[in-house]
Amino acid sequence: MSLAPVTQVSGRAVFIPGADIDTDRIIPARFMKCITFDGLGEFAFYDVRFDEHGQPTAHPLNDPRFAGASILLAGLNFGCGSSREHAPQSLRKYGFNGVVAESFAEIFFGNSTTLAMPCVIATAADLAALRLQVEAEPATVVTIDVAALRVRSSGGLDFPVTMPESAREALVSGRWDPIQELLDNVAAIDAKAAELHYV
Amino acid sequence: MGKSLFQKVWDTHRVGTLADGRTQLFIGTHLIHEVTSPQAFGMLRDLGLKVKFPQRTFATVDHIVPTRDQSAPQDPLAAAMMTALRENVDQFGITYFDLSSGKQGIVHVVGPEQGITQPGTTIACGDSHTATHGAFGAIAFGIGTTQVRDVLASQTLALEALKVRRIEVNGQLPPGVYAKDVILHIIRQLGARGGIGYAYEYAGEVFEQMSMEERMTVCNMSIEGGARCGYINPDAKTVAYLQGRPYVDMSDFAATAARWLSFASDADAVYDDIVRMDAATIEPTVTWGISPDQGIAISECIPDPAAAPNQIAKDSIVEALAYMKIPAGAPIMGVAINVAFIGSCTNGRLSDFREVAKYLPGHKVAPGVTALAVPGSQIVAIQCENEGLPQIFRDAGFEWRDAGCSMCLAMNPDKLVGDQLCASSSNRNFKGRQGSSTGRTVLMSPVMVAAAAIRGSIADAREVFAIK
Ligand code: SF4
Repeated sequence: MSLAPVTQVSGRAVFIPGADIDTDRIIPARFMKCITFDGLGEFAFYDVRFDEHGQPTAHPLNDPRFAGASILLAGLNFGCGSSREHAPQSLRKYGFNGVVAESFAEIFFGNSTTLAMPCVIATAADLAALRLQVEAEPATVVTIDVAALRVRSSGGLDFPVTMPESAREALVSGRWDPIQELLDNVAAIDAKAAELHYV
Repeated sequence: MGKSLFQKVWDTHRVGTLADGRTQLFIGTHLIHEVTSPQAFGMLRDLGLKVKFPQRTFATVDHIVPTRDQSAPQDPLAAAMMTALRENVDQFGITYFDLSSGKQGIVHVVGPEQGITQPGTTIACGDSHTATHGAFGAIAFGIGTTQVRDVLASQTLALEALKVRRIEVNGQLPPGVYAKDVILHIIRQLGARGGIGYAYEYAGEVFEQMSMEERMTVCNMSIEGGARCGYINPDAKTVAYLQGRPYVDMSDFAATAARWLSFASDADAVYDDIVRMDAATIEPTVTWGISPDQGIAISECIPDPAAAPNQIAKDSIVEALAYMKIPAGAPIMGVAINVAFIGSCTNGRLSDFREVAKYLPGHKVAPGVTALAVPGSQIVAIQCENEGLPQIFRDAGFEWRDAGCSMCLAMNPDKLVGDQLCASSSNRNFKGRQGSSTGRTVLMSPVMVAAAAIRGSIADAREVFAIK
């Protein structure tokens, strides 16, 4: 299975404020009553985008200035809580191609990598500068350079970001979905199974 | 140099190193449920793959089950999920503890109950509370749906090794302080993101003294502290709990038990971090906000943003208080509740209901409060019935329900309405978690939930029930 390498993603960006944004917030549980991931995009952040009466709130995703943004900017511990892959799936289907945050919860990070959606970590200061620029000028194009581990903006920002080397390597070499490599090692898997008492 | 349990289990299950540097880890036991598995089977079919070791995957249904009557007609979406699971387990030959099996329940209650959860093993499940199984000295991970596919197809996962933090709690817990208070206290101290990159090893006198069910309560909430897995070293209690359970091989049990115990961390194991806490300082703990680390002792006041150490903390407090609609600086005790929920994979086991039942006689749920008691599995329900517990709950004004996830999350008919406030023995107080986008959750131990139900407001169970 050959996959497209993900060396960089770019697009306009939107900042979603707050630390510890959990996956229940990204996709409320009631929208997980489904047997495919299709159609999850429209429910991303549903309960904070709409009030109890279904009216749009002041959430940044409802701000027409940021319509069509494909890079999500966030704070600390983005994607914490439930392991639901429905969360990155809904962001992907909403139209996001990458996330820049101060830190990520691990399961969310891994799920996103497997969907070829790079999640990179920036310092609070760099994120704040990027946010200022994007909010002053929503047409700013933000590029996550996965290969070089930098984030650049059309407004002239250029700063380093981090991500685990294994994720960077998986993305840039087109190995972000590990299934084929896992299956290729079938002999070693069978040997391990034979060695383990309880299997 | 000694090894921790984490390192021993990791090394024992390592298949190899992948091109990107990650470990290919053998997953000995795989648990699935109706919510996160259908898409994985879909991917498997799209790729034309089979389930490699169907005998090592076990299924149950929990999130969407109606608890008023499990057999009640389901809404069409829930019914489609049930049908999909049935078709998938049938097609691929997977063991399924379905509603008619007498063994159905929350996946993290069923695994230990059946003896599927064992020391020194690796366990994965498409559910972040898989860490619960760490109570037995297993390394148990929550995974995403694409990874569920990986385990089905290859019985392995691509994973990065974790660091290990030993959390030692020594001393004696005061009366009325439970396992739930210990883990809420740990999360409060180390933060909701403190565990990122770590496995938590819970050690010390407090965990040694705990029953297996209490240990599960602690390990269950590792993820709320940011740790992807948490565990307690296996000991004589672990062995005694598992002996004779359906999936434990009893043919040479002495050898099996010895092998299990050999996985316990060595006395000279090296840790990436060690944290020590004193049990005597832990009080009944409740959350006041919208993140599980926003907790305080019952005697404390709700935080005031004006006193926050920095801007991030201040913003978090302001956001949480606005959502919770409770005043800064006031005591948490006395905040009115609408709903009381005892259940979930954190606190829905026999010992939880037994402990509450000790205190309920002579008390009544306050007028206007809806109180639910929901066993974590059909077996827990039967155990409770055998001891006459449902009647004690009913006499006190609780509704006694059938097994399922119930009000822990909003995928079945049990939901908060509007901005109702729920005293809950579950594990998450996120915005909207209990089914209403304005619903409010205060996490606490089951006995504290019962005290709140009786007072109609958040209360100190030690006072309500004269626990000394
Ligand atoms: S009881 Fe709650 S946390 Fe546990 S598996 Fe069910 S929904 Fe998840």
